[in-house]
Amino acid sequence: MINTELLILGGGPAGLCAAIEASEAGVKDIIVLDRNQELGGQLVKQTHMFFGSEKQYASTRGFDIAKILIDKLKEDKNVKLWTDSTALSIYEDGVITAEHEGKYVKIKPKATVVATGASEKTLAFSNNDLPGIFGAGAVQTLMNQYGVKPGDDVVMLGAGNIGLIVTYQMLQAGVNVKAIIEGAPTIGGYLVHASKVRRMGVPILTSHSVKEAHGTNNLEAVTIWQLNEKWEGIPGTEQKIEADVLCISVGLSPLGELLFQAGCEMAFIPSLSGFVPKRDENLATTVPGIFVAGDVSGVEEASSAMVGGRLAGLSAALYLGHKVADKDARKADYLEQLDSLRHGDVGKRIKDGIAQATI
Amino acid sequence: MLKKTGIPTPEDINGAFPSEERLNKGGVAVIECYEQIPCNPCYTGCKIGAIKPFEDISDLPTINHDECTGCALCIAKCPGLAIMVVDVTYSDTEALVKIPYEFSPLPNEGDVVKGLDRNGDYVQDVKVVKVLNPKAFDKTPVVSIAVPKDKIRIIRNIKIGGV
Amino acid sequence: MRIENHPVLDFGERKAVKFTFDGKELGGYENEPIAAALHAAGMRDISHSLVKHRPRGLYCAIGNCSSCMMVVNGESNVRICLEPLKEGMTVETQKGRGEIL
Repeated sequence: MINTELLILGGGPAGLCAAIEASEAGVKDIIVLDRNQELGGQLVKQTHMFFGSEKQYASTRGFDIAKILIDKLKEDKNVKLWTDSTALSIYEDGVITAEHEGKYVKIKPKATVVATGASEKTLAFSNNDLPGIFGAGAVQTLMNQYGVKPGDDVVMLGAGNIGLIVTYQMLQAGVNVKAIIEGAPTIGGYLVHASKVRRMGVPILTSHSVKEAHGTNNLEAVTIWQLNEKWEGIPGTEQKIEADVLCISVGLSPLGELLFQAGCEMAFIPSLSGFVPKRDENLATTVPGIFVAGDVSGVEEASSAMVGGRLAGLSAALYLGHKVADKDARKADYLEQLDSLRHGDVGKRIKDGIAQATI
Repeated sequence: MLKKTGIPTPEDINGAFPSEERLNKGGVAVIECYEQIPCNPCYTGCKIGAIKPFEDISDLPTINHDECTGCALCIAKCPGLAIMVVDVTYSDTEALVKIPYEFSPLPNEGDVVKGLDRNGDYVQDVKVVKVLNPKAFDKTPVVSIAVPKDKIRIIRNIKIGGV
Repeated sequence: MRIENHPVLDFGERKAVKFTFDGKELGGYENEPIAAALHAAGMRDISHSLVKHRPRGLYCAIGNCSSCMMVVNGESNVRICLEPLKEGMTVETQKGRGEIL
């Protein structure tokens, strides 16, 4: 049994910021556990400059933000960084089991921050399991982390921020993107991202979806069609596009399995993208000692995940009994940053969702 | 319509441009930020204070075109790559348009490249006058192209080779 | 399928290694996921569904979806999107649920 003061599950933007904050708040024994070889979660694949303000590293590229956070933690004697480690389960007595460097280990933390992130959703259509049909994040991983092109000719499904950003990244990598198709009548992502790919000549077809994919062992073509206002395909509007890659970017779903298993009260909240933990303003769940941050608590942007991580790290430190002289100022700062990131139309939906999830 | 296609309308573009009077005085930033999103690096990056402080981080940027010197620092700072600088005093017939260009390879000064509109369609060939890619721009190079004065509201991108 | 020039990213120097995929010798870079090396070599059809034996490839590439399980050095059910590539590895298409050691 490995005893530790604080265990952080997930080394993405939320988990890394929770570790930094907890250490600053006096927690002496922190383990950050991540199943990848490299920390940073999806940040390491983000080649674009971030939005937000200076506090959330605006105008800095995602992979550079990851480096700033990781470098800070590597020098921190209070923090152990466990990569290549997958959390397996969480028990009533707070014991968490994991595969760590190929071995089965048991960890007993006094507090836990769950920052496991989210997984990509998929869409039902004929032949949607053909090789060559990927989540947009998979393409990002292959391309931006490992320098491998996804293919030659791509159709992107989804004009949210991920769909638009990954399209731009494919163009930067020299991959031909034939079209972005979007089921909704309008573009879901930031319009500046849409304009960036549009002026590179990539058409964005709203009110369109995939009817079926074609191919035997690999994707060869995609048939798209127009949708009516009830999101039903309109016969006669089919277009067949030859493509060896179809990227699916239809949203993310919070990875809350460990929270369910721990007995945290969960709620299905569509505007937060799925089942999320009930929590208080300080990101404490209904199970004492378990805190949440980032996409697992509701899918948003990496900027808010970083601030949420800070808040959860502070809350965990206070729960553990550490005295933090400027705790009120810190908390007020994080809540204010989160609030300002949630202004605007998209933010309003998120805020409504959080209001429903907050106890 | 921008929300459906990603292409701003001529009215959107005209709304972002300064007055003819200001244009005729020399280089000036044109900020094509049409949607409220939480983002303010254009303001924090503007060293001369022409881009005004944000009351709310989701406000659209406010620029005083008369204070703007067209220095182009904001071009590389904008995460949305939504800013260009236009200088109609470049020559009798042509304006200098400075745009962000994050692709490889970069053009060379003196190259003739394809000028594209906001739809990505070819408009006409344009000459590359300058390519700036200092460390401070953090891999968002700024390319200056010579554009006929009647095309400053049309040409917004370039393509090297091909059509 | 490797990116040669990138305007923002620099992938640095990487050590080339050799491995086999269903007996065929392929090359990749040390410590990249096996999935990246297979994809770069044009191998996309790497797994099969359990019942209808439909071809499967990568879907999420970050360890969530289990679409890329293969037999690596004799061990079944390895998520090759996470498993680092090493010199001389044996990578094989898995039959059914694979052998449990």
